[in-house]
Amino acid sequence: MERVLHSAAFGHSRNPVATILERIERRLDGLFGAVSNPLRHLGAIGFLLFWVIALTGVYLYAVFDTSVAGAYRSTEALSATAYGFGAVVRALHRYASDAFVAVLLLHLARELAFGRVSGFRRFTWLTGVPLVWLTFAAGIVGFWLLWDEVAALSAVATTEWLDALGIFGETLARNFLGAAAVNDRLFSLFVFLHVGLPLLLLAGMWIHVQRLARPDTRPARSLTVGTVGALIVLSFLQPAPLAAPADLGQLPQAVKFDWFFLAPNALSERGSAAVLWLLAAGGTVLLLSLPWLVRTVRAPVAIVDPANCNGCSRCFDDCPYAAVSMTRRGDGGLAVVDADLCAGCGICAGACPSATPFRSVAELVSGIDLPHDPVDRIRRALTEVLAAGEAPVVAFGCRHGADLRALEANGVHAIALECAAQLPPAFVEYALRRGASGVVVVRCADGACEYRLGDRWSDARLAGEREPHLRASVPRDRVLVVGAGAGEERDVMTRIARWRRLPVHAARQEAGDHA
Amino acid sequence: MRSILAVLGQAVLYALFAAFVGFFSTRPQYRPLPDAHALVKLSVSHAGALKADCRRRTREELERLPPNMRVPAECPRERSPLVIELALDGRLLHAETAMPSGLARDGAATVYRRFVVPAGTHHIAVRLNDDGRVPGFTHQREADLTLVPGQVLVIDFDSERKEVVLL
Repeated sequence: MERVLHSAAFGHSRNPVATILERIERRLDGLFGAVSNPLRHLGAIGFLLFWVIALTGVYLYAVFDTSVAGAYRSTEALSATAYGFGAVVRALHRYASDAFVAVLLLHLARELAFGRVSGFRRFTWLTGVPLVWLTFAAGIVGFWLLWDEVAALSAVATTEWLDALGIFGETLARNFLGAAAVNDRLFSLFVFLHVGLPLLLLAGMWIHVQRLARPDTRPARSLTVGTVGALIVLSFLQPAPLAAPADLGQLPQAVKFDWFFLAPNALSERGSAAVLWLLAAGGTVLLLSLPWLVRTVRAPVAIVDPANCNGCSRCFDDCPYAAVSMTRRGDGGLAVVDADLCAGCGICAGACPSATPFRSVAELVSGIDLPHDPVDRIRRALTEVLAAGEAPVVAFGCRHGADLRALEANGVHAIALECAAQLPPAFVEYALRRGASGVVVVRCADGACEYRLGDRWSDARLAGEREPHLRASVPRDRVLVVGAGAGEERDVMTRIARWRRLPVHAARQEAGDHA
Repeated sequence: MRSILAVLGQAVLYALFAAFVGFFSTRPQYRPLPDAHALVKLSVSHAGALKADCRRRTREELERLPPNMRVPAECPRERSPLVIELALDGRLLHAETAMPSGLARDGAATVYRRFVVPAGTHHIAVRLNDDGRVPGFTHQREADLTLVPGQVLVIDFDSERKEVVLL
């Protein structure tokens, strides 16, 4: 029964786009390393770019003349600063903003491709959608501050687009009918918006990551250097353009245009404001509806067994979604699971000290566990495999990475888990002591954990760097940890085959065969 | 060797990313109007005449009102809609009746339309009626204008001087 149970749970359900994207990311892992792979850390790059924009923005604000007459002049004067420093800072401000839009849209598309929109991710998805609006609003107003031909075009196009709604009473676009209509007071409003909207954006980004434990907001050093370095080089090579001063009575024949931010202006002016409203509003409603439109079978959430919880708070430390909190109970504590936040990944069960298979109880009940896939099921499946008495190689593997059925076909006894970090490290020692010739832990590829932190916690526990740790007395040459994504089963088998050729396995296997 | 290749590969991809940002940050150029065309903006925001004059209330009417509301004159707030026509070279380009804003229809009526027209000399005629009690048009303006490519001609109504203005 157990074999059927765990074999039936091997299935993969990735859509083709996600599979292709995963392959690309694995290729880039080979080049950058998972911790510096830009595609895996788009959110962190977004935060990095925001700080670059903010820092350069502070400098620009210091030298900027916030008047109609002075805005263009002061921007033009930046090119005359020593070593062109001002021009480079302005270009960096501009290109970091453009890169922010690109990264934002890529981040959104990636999460959508991986289906990370509903269930316990709903809050993060929903709070991310308004950031798109805030980004465009903050950026477009920034272009107006230059008050060149592009600024005038954008200001007129944006206000005409807003007027199409018909809710503002007075026509906003009349503020840009002629030079006399644009005054310093209006410019002060632009400055206020260009400072205020990014602050709102930052607040939105902060809210966006609130339901993530250890959010990825700081990219690795090499990723930081690569991203910022590339933008600095670009800023030197191609200074940010400044068109002729704004003339509301004369449109330019052709003008250099920032398509990252101003494409909606072009669509509205050359196409139709109604079409743009339809796209923007329709797209927003669709994105906000996705958590309810994309039906996902929600995994049962973790449950706490107060009789076995000693309040150690390891599950609280390890939960990737901050779903576990600790409450007082007598002199100690008790874990509490917030069902709305719980992903049902089982990482908490893997962290629980009471989840050791060495306990001499008929049914293994841990302090915190998955009701549909408890550690007792893992122990029974393992016992069944070991009972064959042939010194087997046992593989504990994540259902979201490499397909474990390929391992079964190659003589490795696989036991599927929701996440590799669901496995309490004591199970490795238990398997080896009870006759396994070796243990393989197949987790998701580096940095590609379905549940964000499972690969890190699994590695750290098995390396003895995080509690609960695999005891030092366990021979490490009989334990193999492999990180692999879907479609990389052949790589996993190659690594296992190479590992099994080690003398220690050959001797064990032989002994097992004799037995 | 492998690490050198990895660094080179990274450098190439970062360069491609920067090139992507640099390219779409400035290119392709945007053409707000087709070649050899100009833009005519008809933009009027004007509170038309009141639809009716004030009238004195009769004694009976005043007595029916609460004592604190017995104002001798009754002045309707509703304003006339704005009827506007724009003709270019004798051809009617736009005709619209804009209703006054506000729940009581006592605010300004607004018209805002854009027309892309070929550059060159044109005869422009603007006709406007802001008083529903007057038949025909209350204000008119005609002019022969030469529009250069890219020029933005604004047609507005100066409410103080009571005339159509071309900016």
